[in-house]
Amino acid sequence: MNKLKVLSLPYMMWVCLFTVVPLIIVLFFALTTENGELTIMNVSGVGRYFSVIIKSILIAGVVTLASLLVAYPFSYILSQMEFKTGNFILFISLLPMWVNFLLRAYAWVTILEKNGLLNRVLGFFFSWKLDIINTKMAVAIGMVYNYLPFMVLALFSTMRKINIGMIEAAQDLGASGFGVFRKVILPLSMPGVISGVNMVFVPAVSTFIISRMLGGGSNMLIGDLIDMQFLGNIYNPHVGAAISLVLMILILLCMSLMNQFGSEDMEGKLI
Amino acid sequence: MRLKPLKSDVIIKLSEICVGFDDEKILNNINLDIYNKSFATLLGPSGCGKTTTLRIIGGFEKPTSGHLYFEGVNITNLPPYKRNVNTVFQKYALFPHLNVYENIAFGLKIKKFSKKEISLKVGEMLELVNLVPFDKRSIDRLSGGQQQRVAIARALVNSPKVLLLDEPLGALDLKLRKDMQAELKRIQQSLEITFIYVTHDQEEALTMSDIVIVMNQGEIQQIGTPLDIYNEPENAFVADFIGESNIIDGTMKEDFLVNFLGNNFVCVDGGFSPDEPVDVVIRPEDVKVLDDTTMKLTGIVKSIIFKGVHYEMVVDSCGYSWLIHSTVPQEPGKMIGLEIAPNDIHIMRKKEG
Repeated sequence: MNKLKVLSLPYMMWVCLFTVVPLIIVLFFALTTENGELTIMNVSGVGRYFSVIIKSILIAGVVTLASLLVAYPFSYILSQMEFKTGNFILFISLLPMWVNFLLRAYAWVTILEKNGLLNRVLGFFFSWKLDIINTKMAVAIGMVYNYLPFMVLALFSTMRKINIGMIEAAQDLGASGFGVFRKVILPLSMPGVISGVNMVFVPAVSTFIISRMLGGGSNMLIGDLIDMQFLGNIYNPHVGAAISLVLMILILLCMSLMNQFGSEDMEGKLI
Repeated sequence: MRLKPLKSDVIIKLSEICVGFDDEKILNNINLDIYNKSFATLLGPSGCGKTTTLRIIGGFEKPTSGHLYFEGVNITNLPPYKRNVNTVFQKYALFPHLNVYENIAFGLKIKKFSKKEISLKVGEMLELVNLVPFDKRSIDRLSGGQQQRVAIARALVNSPKVLLLDEPLGALDLKLRKDMQAELKRIQQSLEITFIYVTHDQEEALTMSDIVIVMNQGEIQQIGTPLDIYNEPENAFVADFIGESNIIDGTMKEDFLVNFLGNNFVCVDGGFSPDEPVDVVIRPEDVKVLDDTTMKLTGIVKSIIFKGVHYEMVVDSCGYSWLIHSTVPQEPGKMIGLEIAPNDIHIMRKKEG
């Protein structure tokens, strides 16, 4: 046992150095002024960005829901396929993740912009164009595209563990296709839904760059705001740290709410 | 002795059922009548097609050709959820997200029974399988035997006319198996419904069943009462699979006279062509061991093991290793005589090919 504990030492040190220490630094910056005096002003000042925070949470919520709606049927179909076929299609659908994140975002710019791919294709058939670039819609599309794989992975791994015997048992007891889904597949896939929602929602709330590239200047999200405090012209790490702190607390609240909702009777019961 | 049910009492009929194609037949031309309120057992080694047959009756598998009738109605293409048949699955397949009560109530809820009826029926079932104090228990906190009972209750609560059981006792230890065998038989008799039971355990099949269907390589080998199957096996496979047997190559000299191991023996079977090669099947307990070494068959005791009720001996005689059960022990290396009564010599046609 002690030997095993020794093996975990490098990780413990890693966590201390790169998680605990930075968190303390963030806390310190958030609660001090430029001159190093204690203050609450940075944190209380975050209220100014209330609308940006709300917008970020709303967009992240919509993105999470959209990812769930797209990924759920896809993952279910994959999980019912033969083992190798399912894995292969999953692999194909995750391939874009190998391409650099910025490149993928640029690709969406070229698709969605005024004279982009989408509008050129539409131009063949219609006389109107979609004015979608630089809107919240474009940001949401970019984010769904970016975070969808996380949702698929979470759902797929849970759904594949659902024993075919469960489905046959439900049919045997009189459940038709929809009954099987509602009474067996849906409840048994809930753990995957919850982890998928967490894995999409958390990074989506603090997204930046995507929002700037696809949303233009007018759709700044909380991630961009923090980014600007450190790398932009404003340069105020104390305010940046304060916003980060508030965001972190909000995310923790959202997650614990979500887990509360899910863990009532599900946890650890999947065979 | 139980009366043989009337022909009109057939509840399930399989007619010329085939699964798979010529090069790989999983089931080959299965014709089978299951009588109402009987306990029928599909018995055979793994891969013999017994589970496939059960899954066809349950609706989880479609035959490549042939028809399945339920009370005279063709239900070959009816989906499982529309059949008046319920299954106890091999690994129970209980729903992990539901507790004992909810598992049993599952089928009734789907069929939109009222809360009151559900609670009444589930209560009856809990009583039937002795699980009353466990109704709120979660599935993963039950023992194997208890899970088994929940699976049985979950199927029976729907009052099916036929209950299918796919090796339901396979995962239980010996003691529990014996108890559950008796309990299943009791349930079947008290509810008066048809049980179709799949097992590879010949002893289980003989103890519980009214009718045993012995299967091998996708074909039915013999259908009969446990007594028939044991005493009058129709071919060498059945003889070998049900209990232990000595199976010796022989030739039929004439009616009631067979030659094997270089000697002629009087037997009780006839109707073979002269000099037809046959399998001679003799049960280990039907060979009498004598000190008289002037018998037609003599041999040398190779080994002897004490098995509780009897001794199990291997005796070398005329180049064949006999398996013999006897209550009298013999010294290994000793020369002995073997005696077999004519009606203990079972003659079977050789299978073509």
